[in-house]
Parts: sequence; structure tokens; C-alpha cells
Amino acid sequence: MSSSMIIGQYIPADSVIHRLDPRSKIAIIFFYVVIVFFANSVMSYGVLTLFAIGSALLSKVPFRYIMKGLKPVWFLILFTFLLHLFVTREGDVAFSLFGWDVYREGLIQGGAISLRFFLLILVTSLLTLTTTPIEITDAIEELLGPLKKLRFPVHELALMMSISLRFIPTLMQETEKISKAQASRGVDFRTGSFKDRVRAVVPLLVPLFVSAFKRAEELAMAMEARGYQGGEGRTKLRELQLTKIDVLVYGVFVLLVIALFMTRS
Amino acid sequence: MDISFEHVSYIYQPNSPFEHRALNDITFSIKSGSYVAVIGHTGSGKSTLIQQLNGLLQPTEGSIQIGKYKLQAGEKTKNLRGLREQVGVVFQYPEHQLFEETVAKDIAFGPHNFGVEKMEIDRRIKEAVQATKLPDELLERSPFDLSGGQMRRVAISGVLAMNPEVLVLDEPTAGLDPRGQKDIMDMFKDLHKEKGLTTILVTHSMEDALAYADHIIILNQGEIYREGTPLEIFKQHDALEKVQLDVPEVMDFLRRAKKEYGVEIEYRGQDIAELAKELTLKVRGDSDHE
Amino acid sequence: MGERQVEFRNVSFRYQEDMPWVLKNVSFTIGPNEWVAIIGHNGSGKSTIAKLMNGLLFPQEGEIFVDGMKVSQESVWDIRKEVGMVFQNPDNQFVGTTVRDDVAFGMENHGMPRDLMVERIKESLKAVRMEDFERYEPHRLSGGQKQRIAIASVLAVSPKFIILDEATAMLDPKGRKEIMQTVREVQQERDLSLITITHDLQEVTQASRVLVMNSGEVWMEGSPREVFSSKDHLTEIGLDTPFVSKMADHLKAEGVSLAREPLNHQELLEDLWTSRSNM
Repeated sequence: MSSSMIIGQYIPADSVIHRLDPRSKIAIIFFYVVIVFFANSVMSYGVLTLFAIGSALLSKVPFRYIMKGLKPVWFLILFTFLLHLFVTREGDVAFSLFGWDVYREGLIQGGAISLRFFLLILVTSLLTLTTTPIEITDAIEELLGPLKKLRFPVHELALMMSISLRFIPTLMQETEKISKAQASRGVDFRTGSFKDRVRAVVPLLVPLFVSAFKRAEELAMAMEARGYQGGEGRTKLRELQLTKIDVLVYGVFVLLVIALFMTRS
Repeated sequence: MDISFEHVSYIYQPNSPFEHRALNDITFSIKSGSYVAVIGHTGSGKSTLIQQLNGLLQPTEGSIQIGKYKLQAGEKTKNLRGLREQVGVVFQYPEHQLFEETVAKDIAFGPHNFGVEKMEIDRRIKEAVQATKLPDELLERSPFDLSGGQMRRVAISGVLAMNPEVLVLDEPTAGLDPRGQKDIMDMFKDLHKEKGLTTILVTHSMEDALAYADHIIILNQGEIYREGTPLEIFKQHDALEKVQLDVPEVMDFLRRAKKEYGVEIEYRGQDIAELAKELTLKVRGDSDHE
Repeated sequence: MGERQVEFRNVSFRYQEDMPWVLKNVSFTIGPNEWVAIIGHNGSGKSTIAKLMNGLLFPQEGEIFVDGMKVSQESVWDIRKEVGMVFQNPDNQFVGTTVRDDVAFGMENHGMPRDLMVERIKESLKAVRMEDFERYEPHRLSGGQKQRIAIASVLAVSPKFIILDEATAMLDPKGRKEIMQTVREVQQERDLSLITITHDLQEVTQASRVLVMNSGEVWMEGSPREVFSSKDHLTEIGLDTPFVSKMADHLKAEGVSLAREPLNHQELLEDLWTSRSNM
């Protein structure tokens, strides 16, 4: 059913993190990603973890959704950890596992890198969990604003993103419709050899492309008819506004940076 | 092929917050060779019903018998391909499913998938384009160079070339101009007559239901609201109005004549000329009495 | 060439030089607050007229004036502010990610201040009775609702002319009724001219004037009553006539004299009754 369609991972809720200006979120995440690499002591990692977990709690996003976002990367985190465990051959031997010596340094490095990884993923997925795709688009348009002077097509990029977001559900419905029509003409998308299944995709993709082009053409015409002539002289309904919360969060972030550098060894 | 639905329900995304009961305990049967119109608003369960007719959807509850094929809730259906070959579905805006380089290849796509021999396919292509009145010289053209009306005929030919025994039509005239609409509807009527195809027409047009169908099923919120011959159904003006459905214009007119001027003419399928005659007689008769 | 008028003066148009003319020497005028229906077969040139009216296409011959301005490359942005268009496919003209964004799109293009936009969004959504849907995404709306939003988007810019180019063709009967209801209300309450391109004869009977197009030419022009009373002329080019119109003809054949060409059941029955005294 179309009403259940969720684009991206956005989980609606009324929280401080949700209400934060998307530009602030992106900026803070950017700097967080940078400072994570400065952590080098247990305490400094602790401070960073506290910030990330605290934000997650404040976001009111149910724990299972956060875990869902992390799911695809668990393997990577584990892999990095094990890699360090087995490759690092410095310091004392901590213990032996099936006849393989595991070094203390390996444990520490593996743990640190995995934790870093985990924090990065957690914080970035908080962005997509608490911000609608269109807000992210708006923020990107604003943040890239200065590039307009370099003739970088910022407005066009943002418009492209927002139109894509708008048409994702439409194209999903269309895909379903066409695949059903072709299934009724005897196409089997599920069984058969790999080659057969690749071949079965053609009757699905061609109509999808044809229809997407037709839509694009009609949409362009409709936009023109409504007076669209590029970003020049255009006003905007969507407006991003920094609030007190943003200022407060910047303050907290500055404190985090200070705490981080004080706890570095 | 006889078709029967026994207590069929269909639930989308069961046991989730989005659970939605699209069909609720539906029971009806369609005799082989009949022409049935299914009417209902968007969201009344029509498209769910269609998709069960060729096994695109499996009933959540109840069972469906289509000729020798049986769809039973909770059981895997055997020989789904066989069923799909026998039940041809013309979806809404079927021209959207075209994809081949030439018209001929696109029409051949269905039969080819069902393993029909080359010679037989060629024969069926000829037959199909004849039925849909497409000129032969279009066969080697790209379907994307044709007009909208022609593209639709190509798509319909592709379904006909499967040689189905049951033809399911989901608003086959949507988006065509009145002349194109009439041509297409007449074409299906001929097919129904000549080949004895069991035809199931899903439509919003009460005029088409009255003109072409011999049986009508009205769906409302996933349930059968009314069922019967067109004349039986369209006499129930109030019942239809209750679910915001219209009656064909001619019946609406006669109802009005009766209600506001007391002229009673029973509709038995007369054409406009006959009705005008009866109406004149009645009106004259009335004035003679005064 | 007056204000609040659309005027076509000997307009001819074709897509390419080696292609046949789509419009041939077409002339007509649409006045202030008029409702003009344009009918004709697919390919008769109806939609081309619409696109010429707001500069999506330009004629090779002849001139078009909108609200006193000649339609040209230079004037096109001003013209589009005055001529709003609603197209056939509800999905392919919905630009915004939500209803309010879509209604704002045209206003943003014309550089309207934000405060005015917010006000106009409310106002125009109310006019199409969709005020409760401001935050809805398009995939949660029906076809009829999307078309009402398209109308609201056009209203928000407050044009002097609105063209509905087969705007009801892809809708179910319920959606169609909603749109016609909306259009009637808008036409009555706002100061604007309406041009509807349609196949729906029911729609045509409500217009104040009808243009019948046939292979690129204006075949007939007049009030719905005038147009439908010359049935032979319409059937000659394969166009249908409304039920009441056909019924009236058959009644006349039976010797009943009717005072006027009926446009709806009510008129036909009334006239039939008054005719009794003459029998």
C-alpha cells in the first residue's frame, strides 16, 4: 500500500534533534567526524561516545531503528576488529586463541578503530533518522550556496534531488504495475537460470525508462508553464532558520571539543 | 471457463500496522462465456480482485476456482503459468507495458513465454492484429512510433495472442477520446461474441456496463454490494446513490420524468428513438385527459 | 487586443517545416470572465491552442495577444503569470514534495515574497477545498485531489486566464465531479476567464461558449445551445452529442415542438410539458 511507503529512514518524532536546523546537524556531524580521529585515550573516546549516545537518546528514535541502520555495517566493524587482532604483532601477548597469539596492542587498536567506526555510523544515521530527505536537500543547497559564485549549479542540484524524492514513490508504483503486467504475459522474475532472470529484467526496464522519459518531458513542460526559469530571481517557501536550540547545541559541541582535547593523552 | 470465488478475502501486509483488508468474504460465480462488468470506486477492491483472477495475488482466506485451476488460501498454486496463459489481463493503460523493437515482436512476447511454436505465433499475430484492426504494415514498426490509440491496440493484441479463454479488462478505454473508446468497446464485444471469450470488464462507466455487460457486480469497500443483470441493478437508484454511484443517463432521465411529471416508462433496453415514441404517446395521452 | 482578453489572429502552427499544419488560420477571441470550452477529436489542434496561449509554443504565422500583450519570447514570462495551465496527467505536473511546496512552486518562480506565499497557499487550498492536506505528500492523494492541487497552484499566482487541458480525462467519475465542482466555484468567485479543453459533453454544456476544432481549423463557434442544435454539423466530423440533444431530435421527429435546444434533463422535461398545450 502506498501509504506505508517510507522514503529513506526518517522516523518522525518530536525531539530536540528533530527540531535542530538540518544545516546545524550536517555541520556538527562533519566536525564530529573530524574530531573522532583526534581521540587517543580511553577518556577521550569516552567523551565522544557519551556525546553520540546522548544524542541518540535525545532523538527519541526507538533503539531498534538505530540498530537497523547499523545492521549492514556490523560485519565491517567486526571484520576491522578481527583484522587488527590478527595482523598486529606488537607488544605483549594477551592470550592465545586456537594456537594464535593475540597481542595486547592488537586488542586496543582493533577496539579503538571499531569504536570509531561505530560512532561515525551512529552519528550519521542519526542525521537520516531525524531529518526528512527534503530537509537534507534544503540544507545542502544552503551550505553549498557560496559555490554559486563559482557557477556551480547549486539550485539545479537541489531541485534535481527534490524532484527525485518526489518521484521515488511514483516510480516504485510504476515498477510494481509493469512487473505485474509482464508476469501476466508469462515472464517469470523469480525462477530460472541467472541468464534467464537477467533477460526477464528487460521487459521491466524498457517500459520504466520510456515512462520516466515521458514523465520528465511532461513535468518540464508543466514547470515551464508555471513560470520556472531557473534559480535566478526565485524566492523560496522553504526557509531554514537557526533557533536557540541550534545555538545551544553549538555550545555543547564546543564543550565537547574542549573536553576531547583535555582528555587526550 | 467457469469462475467461482468462495468466501475470498485478501489482506495487504497482514499483522503489520499497515494491515489493510482489500476484499472481505467475497462469494460469486461467473459462467463460462458471459460478459461481466465489475463496478466500484477507486479503492473498492476491484484491482485486488483482478489480480487474483490470474494468480498475481493469492487469496488470504477462501478459495477461487478458475476452470481446472484452484487458488486456495495458504496453499501454493500449481501450474500458475497455465492459469496465466488462459486468463489474459489487459491492465489499465496497457501501452505502458510495450518494450520490444517491433510491434510483431511485442505481440509475440506472451505466446513465446508460454512456449508456443514460431509458426503458431505468426498465425496468432495475424489474427490478433486483425481483431484489433491494426494495419499489417505497422507490424515491423517500433511500437513507440505509433499514436497512443494504436499503442493500446498493440498491447491488447499481445494479450489476445496468448489465446486466452478469459479476458480481463481493467478500464480499457481510460484516456481515449470518445470515438476511440467506442471502437475499443465494440471490438471487445465482437471478440466476446465470435470467440465466446468470458469477459470481465472493470469500469467506471455505467453507460458501458449497461451497453455491453450481461451481469454486473458492484463492489464497495471490499464487499459485494449488489449483483445482477444491468436492468435489475440500475433500477436501484437509491441504493447506488448511497455509495455515490451514478445510474446510466437514460435511466436517470426516465426516473426524473416519473418523479417530477408522473410519466412512467419502463426501461427494457429501448433505444432513444423508441423511448421518444413512448414518451410522446404518454405526454399526448395525458393532455387528452385534461 | 484589449485587456483581459485572449485573441488569436490568423494563427497557423506546425511543429516542423516539412510537417503538416497543426493549426490553420485560426482566429477567435476570449473575453473577460468567459468560460470557453474547446472540443474536437484528438489531433484536431485543441491542445496546441492551449500551448500557444502561454508561450509554450510560438506560431509561425499570425499573432496571439494575451491581456494586451503580444505573445513572444520577450513577453513570455509575463504572459505565464496571467495564463495558468492544468494538464492531463495528475502525477506529471506535481512538482513539490508536499502539497504546500507544490502550490508554492509557481509563486517561487515569479519571485513572490514569502509572507504572501504563505497567505496565498492557505487561500487557494481553501478555494479547492483541500485546506486539510497542506502537509500531504503526493502519493497519499487521489488523482482528483492532485488535480485540485494543480488548480490551487495556478490560482495562487492569480492569473486572469486558466486553461484546463483535458484535466479530467484521467480521473474516475468521482474525481471528475470534484474537479468540475471546483472549477464552477472558482469561476463564479474569482475574476477570471476559463478555457476548458475536453471530450466530456456534460462539461461543455456548462460553458458560456464552445469552439469546435476539426483538423486544425475552427469548425464551429457559438453557445452550447447553438452548437448542439446543429447536430449534423457535429456528426459530420464524428463528434457525439449529449443524450438530451439526441432525445430532443427524436421527439421532434415524433412531432413534438420544443421551445429551445435543451442542455440538461430539466430543460428537456420542462419544454416537453409546455409543449402539451400545442398538441
